[in-house]
Amino acid sequence: MAQRSLARRPATPRERREWLLFVLLIGPNLLLFAIFTYWPLLYNLYLSFVRWNFLRPTKPFVGLDNYIDVFTNRQFWAIVGNTVTFAVWSVGLTLLLGLALALLINQPLRYRNVARAVLFSPVIMSGAVVAVVWSYIFDPRYGLLDQLLGFVGLNSPDWLNSPTWAMPAVIIVYVWKNLGYAVVIYLAGLQGIPRELYDAARVDGAGAWARFWNVTLPGLSPVAFFLSVTSILATFQSFDIVKVLTNGGPANATSTLILYLYELGFVSYDAGEAGVVAVVLFLIMLVLTLIQVRYLERQVSYG
Amino acid sequence: MALSDELVMARPVERVETRRIGAGWRVAGYVALALAVLVIGLPVYWTVIAAFKESGEIYRIPPTWVPQNPTLANFPAAWEAAPFGRYYLNSIITTALGVAAEVTLAVLSAYALAFVRFPRKDLVFLLLLAALMVPAEITIVPNYLTIARLGWINSYAGIIVPGAAIAYGTFLLRQAFLALPYEVIEAARVDGAGTLGILSKIVVPMAQPAIVTMGLLSLVGKWNEFLWPLIVTNTSNMRTLPIGIYWLRNSEGLTDWGVVMAGSLFLIIPVLVGFLWAQRYIVDGIAAGAVKG
Repeated sequence: MAQRSLARRPATPRERREWLLFVLLIGPNLLLFAIFTYWPLLYNLYLSFVRWNFLRPTKPFVGLDNYIDVFTNRQFWAIVGNTVTFAVWSVGLTLLLGLALALLINQPLRYRNVARAVLFSPVIMSGAVVAVVWSYIFDPRYGLLDQLLGFVGLNSPDWLNSPTWAMPAVIIVYVWKNLGYAVVIYLAGLQGIPRELYDAARVDGAGAWARFWNVTLPGLSPVAFFLSVTSILATFQSFDIVKVLTNGGPANATSTLILYLYELGFVSYDAGEAGVVAVVLFLIMLVLTLIQVRYLERQVSYG
Repeated sequence: MALSDELVMARPVERVETRRIGAGWRVAGYVALALAVLVIGLPVYWTVIAAFKESGEIYRIPPTWVPQNPTLANFPAAWEAAPFGRYYLNSIITTALGVAAEVTLAVLSAYALAFVRFPRKDLVFLLLLAALMVPAEITIVPNYLTIARLGWINSYAGIIVPGAAIAYGTFLLRQAFLALPYEVIEAARVDGAGTLGILSKIVVPMAQPAIVTMGLLSLVGKWNEFLWPLIVTNTSNMRTLPIGIYWLRNSEGLTDWGVVMAGSLFLIIPVLVGFLWAQRYIVDGIAAGAVKG
């Protein structure tokens, strides 16, 4: 930075005033981050090495015991499996359906702006209320889905109480709520593909299908990459839908890492193991974020 | 930096293909469009009709698609089954103050990063970037302990303060501020305007669209927040709307869906109305972060 050389010589009073102003302006933001973001990160790490139930006055150091307890617990690995299943299916379906719908809305059809608004509206709804509404839709006797499945001669499973169907139910709700986000991002990507590329392809005699494969898809790949990373991150952070729809049940069939962290901390009061899960979750998301940042940097320098 | 220089896109979708598409494809397109709207809209329709059904009709098999004897009784019943007035008040207060805090901190920080000289700005930048990488979800246990020590459990401060700092919005606004014509700001400074004067009379009015977008994104986030208010409140009179509807479902869900759906509409209707009104800003803002502008 150019400013750094200024620090070598004594600063003028005017410069000092400007530095003070900088600190005053940005200080409150940084102070809040220090207390509620950086400090918790360190404190989680500390908690992961002690045994504590939130009440006892002492926190005895137990070395790696908490890590061993968590990593040898089969329930933990089942929950990791759930988290991955939830992420892969939710993100996969959102990306594929989102692409199809974005391509559709990008066609010169009437009412497509209305359609886009309708598709997007669940994105801004509270996940809690969406899950409440869907818990009625999943009701095996009086729900909407039972009614619809009845039209095609099928019986509705007891979605939320079945170890087999609870996870698909969570994924359905998650995709329903977040699909519109993917559509909007894809549409922005589609509009960013230069028109000349299509014209050139047409001049070269490429049909609609060839234009899609050779112009649209490559043009969308940066957007699709962005979407997949941010969507995976979002599924790892998703709490409200699972908590309200199934509370992780039945028998932990839909419990995810974030729900597990909540339960260790605020239901079983095991601060040490909660610390371990928080550290693990942080590391997973850090890797994902770093991938995203590296990609975005490249985007900026090439774009 | 990751964020776009300008807020682009998704205003009404522009025509990419100028050629007309064939009639067959057009019909197929409309059918697909209608189907998509139906799938997304049907759950909301189901909620609305349930809210207007009498209790007996909700539990009738097969279910009805239009309320046979439309009734408004579920709405006062929901309002009484849970203290929704209080939930609204709590949600409005925590959202308004939370958004005000985020917008203020973002404007001040962005101004500092964009226009004020400082020897180690790169370090400050890095600190904010690092904060962007720590999801709030993993901080719940330590932050609960901090808030408990401050005596802020079951308080508005306890709900608002831990989430008040803002990194994403700071970067978004910094980009917007840097795009402003610098001569105007320099001229005001020469005329003797102070920092606050420049901020309130020049920077904020000129960067208003970016600030509004950032504020609306913050608004949606705060209004829908679930995990943190759930942790930091344990009395009914401090719950916000999302926590309140969760408790209402848990207490009434199996016995009376009509009341629960009426309560759900208390949350859904204001958000949908607000969305219709501010759709462009919200959709633009969300798209802006994704695709380099």
